[in-house]
Amino acid sequence: MFLETFLQNLLNALQWGSFYALIALGYTMVYGVLLLINFAHGDIFMVGAYVAFFIATLLLGQYSSPFLPPVLVFAITVVATMVITSGVGVAIERIAYRPLRRKGASRLYVVITALMCGLILENGNLALLGASRRNFPEMLSKTAYNIGGVNFTNVKLLVILTTIAVFILLETIVRKTRLGMAMRAISYDRMAVPLMGIPVDTVIVFTFILGSSMAALAGVLFATAYPVLEPYMGALVGWKAFIAAVLGGIGEIRGAFAGGFLLGFIEIFVAALFPSTLRDLIAFSILLVFLSIKPTGIFGVSRATKI
Amino acid sequence: MAILEISELTHFFGGLRAVYDLNMTLEGGELMGLIGPNGAGKTTVFNLVSGFYRPSEGDVKFRGKSIVGLRPHQVTALGMARTFQNIRLWNSLTVFDNLCVSQHHLLGYGFLNSVLRTRKFHESERKVRKTAEEIIDLLGIRHYALELPKNLPYGLQRRVEIGRALCLRPKLLMLDEPAAGMNPGEVDQLIKLIRWIRDEFKLTIWLIEHHMRVVMNVCERMKVIDFGEEIAEGTPSEIQQNRRVIQAYLGEEEPLHAHGS
Amino acid sequence: MRRNIPILGYAILCVLGVVLAKADVLDLYMQIILMFIGINVILSTSLNLVNGYMGEFSVGHAGFMAVGAYITSVLNILLFTNSSVFGPPVLSPSSALILFPLTLLAGGVGAALAGLLVAVPSFRTRGDYLAIITLAVNYIVKSSIENMQVIGGARGFMGMSNVINSMKEVVDLPWTLIWVFISAGLTVVILQKFVSSTYGKGIIALRDDEIAAEIMSVNTQRMKVVAFMLSSGLAGIAGGLFAHVLGYINPGTFTIMKSTEVLVMVYLGGMGSLSGSVLSAIGLTIVLEAFRPLQVYKWVIVPLLLILLMLFRPEGIMGHRELTDVFPRLRQLLGLKPKLSE
Repeated sequence: MFLETFLQNLLNALQWGSFYALIALGYTMVYGVLLLINFAHGDIFMVGAYVAFFIATLLLGQYSSPFLPPVLVFAITVVATMVITSGVGVAIERIAYRPLRRKGASRLYVVITALMCGLILENGNLALLGASRRNFPEMLSKTAYNIGGVNFTNVKLLVILTTIAVFILLETIVRKTRLGMAMRAISYDRMAVPLMGIPVDTVIVFTFILGSSMAALAGVLFATAYPVLEPYMGALVGWKAFIAAVLGGIGEIRGAFAGGFLLGFIEIFVAALFPSTLRDLIAFSILLVFLSIKPTGIFGVSRATKI
Repeated sequence: MAILEISELTHFFGGLRAVYDLNMTLEGGELMGLIGPNGAGKTTVFNLVSGFYRPSEGDVKFRGKSIVGLRPHQVTALGMARTFQNIRLWNSLTVFDNLCVSQHHLLGYGFLNSVLRTRKFHESERKVRKTAEEIIDLLGIRHYALELPKNLPYGLQRRVEIGRALCLRPKLLMLDEPAAGMNPGEVDQLIKLIRWIRDEFKLTIWLIEHHMRVVMNVCERMKVIDFGEEIAEGTPSEIQQNRRVIQAYLGEEEPLHAHGS
Repeated sequence: MRRNIPILGYAILCVLGVVLAKADVLDLYMQIILMFIGINVILSTSLNLVNGYMGEFSVGHAGFMAVGAYITSVLNILLFTNSSVFGPPVLSPSSALILFPLTLLAGGVGAALAGLLVAVPSFRTRGDYLAIITLAVNYIVKSSIENMQVIGGARGFMGMSNVINSMKEVVDLPWTLIWVFISAGLTVVILQKFVSSTYGKGIIALRDDEIAAEIMSVNTQRMKVVAFMLSSGLAGIAGGLFAHVLGYINPGTFTIMKSTEVLVMVYLGGMGSLSGSVLSAIGLTIVLEAFRPLQVYKWVIVPLLLILLMLFRPEGIMGHRELTDVFPRLRQLLGLKPKLSE
């Protein structure tokens, strides 16, 4: 009995943590390259969910055809959403962040600009589409399984497996490809890398593409699992994902995953053991204590100051 | 009387042994040098003494009292001041304010007095400003007093940093490579300045330096370390002849000048 | 003393404001806007102490505001009003007139103590990790209040207008307006005196180079405690005032959104510029109010304008400078001493 409850919560935590992990990736990669906390990133996740909503509705409604089985619709939606949403992420970088960087503004001003971009995305959405919630169309028919008293659906499994696949993919990109290595190089030494002939702007754009498309992926998966969309859905999840990124050690890809899953576990298990109103209180207190003991997160390394 | 006594000082960074079993004594009024090849652990010794690192083993006594475990500002308050290898002035405060703020431990007033502007506050501020102005005049930098340090040439920044240390009214002044990055003219001035400071302020000076002209002209006695361990101690001329020192600097093979001269 | 000209001028303006409010020339709406301006001035200047002068990145200012708001409100309701929660008043309602500043201060002290939650971790943590700690503290405060059913939990807490009304019954003056004016003025004066003293400049040294500050005699831990407690304490006072302007508070008011608003004011004005923070608090409050008719579009257009402004002035309106640096004449006019004796 106890074991079943535990496994059930473990599975829920894995799914919940997956969303945090996928979004935290964007924070952590942009931070690694630019030292910028891209506070618009949570809203990129929201944009992803909405873009997916429109594509899916279009494909299932007007242009539905017998040649398009739902699974294929889902695949097309995922890919198209990732492409379009990365476009939004890159556009924000080009329009708002890059000019400030060129002017040598303090990075905190870029952070404020990011906050503003997030507000524009949220409220622009609210202004254009109205405050009504939208129901995300069901592309994958949910099937529930029960193994040894533990309930799970194919969607839950999909979310968790996709996240693990993304982790392996990104680790490979960062370790094996030229652009990935350039990303790591920049986070090591911001001064020397441009002097070595590495096209920094290309690396930055690449980083934003990776980060935004992962947030978009999280958006599609989130909407598939919890099919209700509203303009502020990215705000709270975004902040929490940022916390997950820091918890794992910001700038580290494995940190984003570790932090995301850890936060997922804390939240789910706190909610399982205590009244749900205490969830935030306990989760954030744990975070506070954790960071007080290990200030640089799980994988972060404090850089020794040389004097 | 000994002003600084270091006994069996040892420090590890993780598994790396940075300083090992260092013993030394500085007499009051002395001009002492600490030299050694790059990475020998000289700055680490300074950091251990000034309280920035806590030594793994060993003891440091300053004016007869152990200072191990004290926080840096507490060590400073006992009368020890230092400069840094890479100049570390506060760049958004003027030169004058740099000299004032470094007397923080002498202020004797706190938050409430600063807001209420009590008599205690005004008296204390007057004293602090007077000291700062005295040092400014003694170092001949009045002209730059209201500039930001980052706008000054390198040599002047060094001078300001020494001034900032002097404002602490130290008994022991530790200079970490004061001549680094200076041109020959600036080095000459620096040599004069260091000697003059010692005589004027009657303090003990301990310096790390690579620049041989400075070391030989300034130091009365010096200690040489390599890989964190002492390899020699003596007067400049003794050190110049010391075989181990030459080996440490030039490598294990026959010293170069043995072939030529 | 020419130096007191600004204080005198401010006092005259305040008296004028109160007289106009009493004479109904300033209607209730205008008064509320004035009060919001005052409260925002307190919030932005106090946050500037930590984010501008000390160079940390605190993103949880609204949390401290909440602590102050609730402590002051609960004390006032408990002491001076007949409420369903606490029953009959402990003291006579008319004594609120004299004791209001004390409860306001109590809110400030409570918030300052909450500031320790950030100050203590700041000994070991800097920068973005500390930012998360402030964020966490903001959530913890909000979530704690939500779980305290005695003070209304998530539903909120009200009745503060009764306190103000009982003050008005004794002497009929716009009391909240008066206390906002006084608190805002005092806040700016306190912060200005603090950061211009050699003691206070220790926190600027800490921002520029913490290691050098510590080794050069600045007790950095104590300075951090002072700065964080002062900053959060003032935010607490702003919260207390805020609660009495609205007459109703709920935890949802003190979210990251509110903190963000204050952050924007600080960076818009310029990090480490008190006059910048004052100007941007006034400006932004007015702009946000002026754009209210745009409804949803307000929160699209205002951020857009801010982004554009940042592009043109990437260091905020004032940069690191103060008004007296921009207009040197002002310095002469105020008879400020040149910094060195000639």
